[in-house]
Amino acid sequence: MNEKTEVKDIDRSLHDKKNESKHRYQSAKGLTPEVIKEISREKKEPKWMLEFRLKALEIYKKKEIPTWGADISDLDMENIITYVRPDADLQSDWDQVPDEIKDTFDALGIPEAEKESLAGVGAQYDSEVVYHNLKEEMVEQGVIYMDMENAVKKHEDLVKDHFMKLITPNDHKFSALHGAVWSGGSFVYVPAGVDVDIPLQSYFRQNAPGSGQFEHTLIILEEGANAHFIEGCSAPKYSVNNLHAGAVELFINKGAKLRYSTIENWSRNMYNLNTKRALVEEDGVIEWVSGSFGSKVSMLYPMSILKGARARAEFTGVTFAAEGQYLDTGAQVIHAAPNTTSTVNSRSIAKDGGHAYYRGLLKVTENAHGAKASVACESLMLDNESKSDTLPIMKLQTDDIDIGHEAKVGRISEEAIFYLMSRGISEEEAKAMIVRGFVEPIASELPLEYAVELNNLINLELEGTIG
Amino acid sequence: MDKKLLKISDLKSKVEDQNILNGIDLEVNKGEIHVIMGPNGAGKSTLANVLMGHPEHEIINGEIEFEGEKINDLAVDKRAKKGIFLSFQYPQEIPGVTVENFLRTAKTAVSGEQQSIFDFKFLLEEKMNLLDIDLSYADRYLNKGFSGGEKKKNEILQMAVLEPKLAILDETDSGLDVDATKTVAEGIKKLASEDNAMIIITHHNQILDYIKPDYVHVLVDGKIAKSGDMELARLIEKEGYSEYKEEILDESNSKTNC
Repeated sequence: MNEKTEVKDIDRSLHDKKNESKHRYQSAKGLTPEVIKEISREKKEPKWMLEFRLKALEIYKKKEIPTWGADISDLDMENIITYVRPDADLQSDWDQVPDEIKDTFDALGIPEAEKESLAGVGAQYDSEVVYHNLKEEMVEQGVIYMDMENAVKKHEDLVKDHFMKLITPNDHKFSALHGAVWSGGSFVYVPAGVDVDIPLQSYFRQNAPGSGQFEHTLIILEEGANAHFIEGCSAPKYSVNNLHAGAVELFINKGAKLRYSTIENWSRNMYNLNTKRALVEEDGVIEWVSGSFGSKVSMLYPMSILKGARARAEFTGVTFAAEGQYLDTGAQVIHAAPNTTSTVNSRSIAKDGGHAYYRGLLKVTENAHGAKASVACESLMLDNESKSDTLPIMKLQTDDIDIGHEAKVGRISEEAIFYLMSRGISEEEAKAMIVRGFVEPIASELPLEYAVELNNLINLELEGTIG
Repeated sequence: MDKKLLKISDLKSKVEDQNILNGIDLEVNKGEIHVIMGPNGAGKSTLANVLMGHPEHEIINGEIEFEGEKINDLAVDKRAKKGIFLSFQYPQEIPGVTVENFLRTAKTAVSGEQQSIFDFKFLLEEKMNLLDIDLSYADRYLNKGFSGGEKKKNEILQMAVLEPKLAILDETDSGLDVDATKTVAEGIKKLASEDNAMIIITHHNQILDYIKPDYVHVLVDGKIAKSGDMELARLIEKEGYSEYKEEILDESNSKTNC
């Protein structure tokens, strides 16, 4: 008989490196209007934003914690420090960023990637953005890529017209919380017809223990514009729970196309309760690429609202849940106009008692004649202790549509392992090979450096011989 | 040079509580081709799986010796590294893993030498040409969407690349049309040499029109009921297996009577 072998855990040594927490200002634990006013004063915000925050706080107090999905009763909201400002000002030159913070981003490979393959980079450390830069030729074409705080002041009208219009504080408790305490994030504006042909990347790093990260990302693509935005997240592990409740709002106007890629590798004490939404006008396209590996609990369901005729959404996602992780993820698509199309392709892996849950929504409204949608979600359990479920919900309000659906939940096949081993391949390697093959359709969609990271995450510690 | 390759003595096995192999004796030397025939459920595929080390099968008696070493408890991948190969009756589909990447990994494992991408590609193309396989198959996912015939050809391709000392071909000819049988059989013939041996498991004779075995064994109820040469295969084609079933029955009856 063969001994049982394990696919090793993702190596977190790099991401777990923590810096001594230094900061200029830290809000008192818990949430009161006074705390909100302090945050707003610190940020020197316009008055409308303060009022918005206070209203959101009222809603937050009234909303109940959701009782479906993952268990989040461990999350002590009164003890999450909402706003931590790092001991650094915003820079557009890495040399000006304090060494300790710069070293962290260096280790994560961000400045190197900027030189080589990115049009612009934003780096957020705890609640504030410490670095933001955009290539000159993009600036000349009218592209805006800056931290949200400055956008609120410098592009007030644009922000005011869009900010929390797609995700409102009324949606759920964590969107209300976000509205009250949001801090940091990126603002992207691409004028009509401009093609940002190399990706923009924002990297979010949470360093302070027991804190929350509530960054707001707002992207507006005008008619016919094209862009690719990459979001990366990580945090070191502390014994106290951290909370991430960001919001991502994407406005894709007529004929515009946006690809939004995320690799999330938060530490295993993170509650990742993020809300993401895209509004797509006529002939517009949103492509989501999403990798969820970290966090203790994730509840993440990016939504695409296909508002204009022939608008299109594609979602490609992979979720990897290991010991102690409950990752509840999925895509939501709303077809609200004729001849809209969508494709959802999701893969999840659970090992060592991890729990990977696919929860998705496909809704086709009455007027969405000729809509086409396909949903495929597959999950793979590597052992008997792990769990996986799929819950793809469909609400179809019209008939002349074309819907395809496929859901598969399975355990790693002993016969497949035997087959590979009969060719001289070790059991560990056989399992890793099957897992890599399983996520291959997703890996091939990722930007190269993330595809490599994904492979490393699976491969690490395994005797991989594939070059 | 020592010709001895495989020696099986009084091998008995079970799956859960069901006994399947009931005392197999068989010796295979280099340069030999053995054919094992038998009715459905006789234990032919079990013998193949036990020789390869399938974890579901438990050996309850006897020995398997390979090149003089007892391998009863050896892990599956270690057996492959020693030079044992099994061509599966139902090869598994492995989505997302290309034929080329898979085989390069396997070749590296079996040979113990890192295979450079270029050299390996060259080797693979050479073997694909030998077996008349379209080169585009190298980039396809392993067995994914392959027809029955393509899967069997792919098994023989793997054998050609890995160059085992002992190849066990489990029903490699089943489910193939006449042309496919011919291609597969000719491939096998090209690969047979003085330095390797083959055990061909089959329940019909078509493949024997192309390959001339040195020995033919009839497996019934988990035992080898009779051994012979091509003549035996021809006889079975005419008369079937019923005679051998009775022989074993008689034998066990007489044992009880003693």
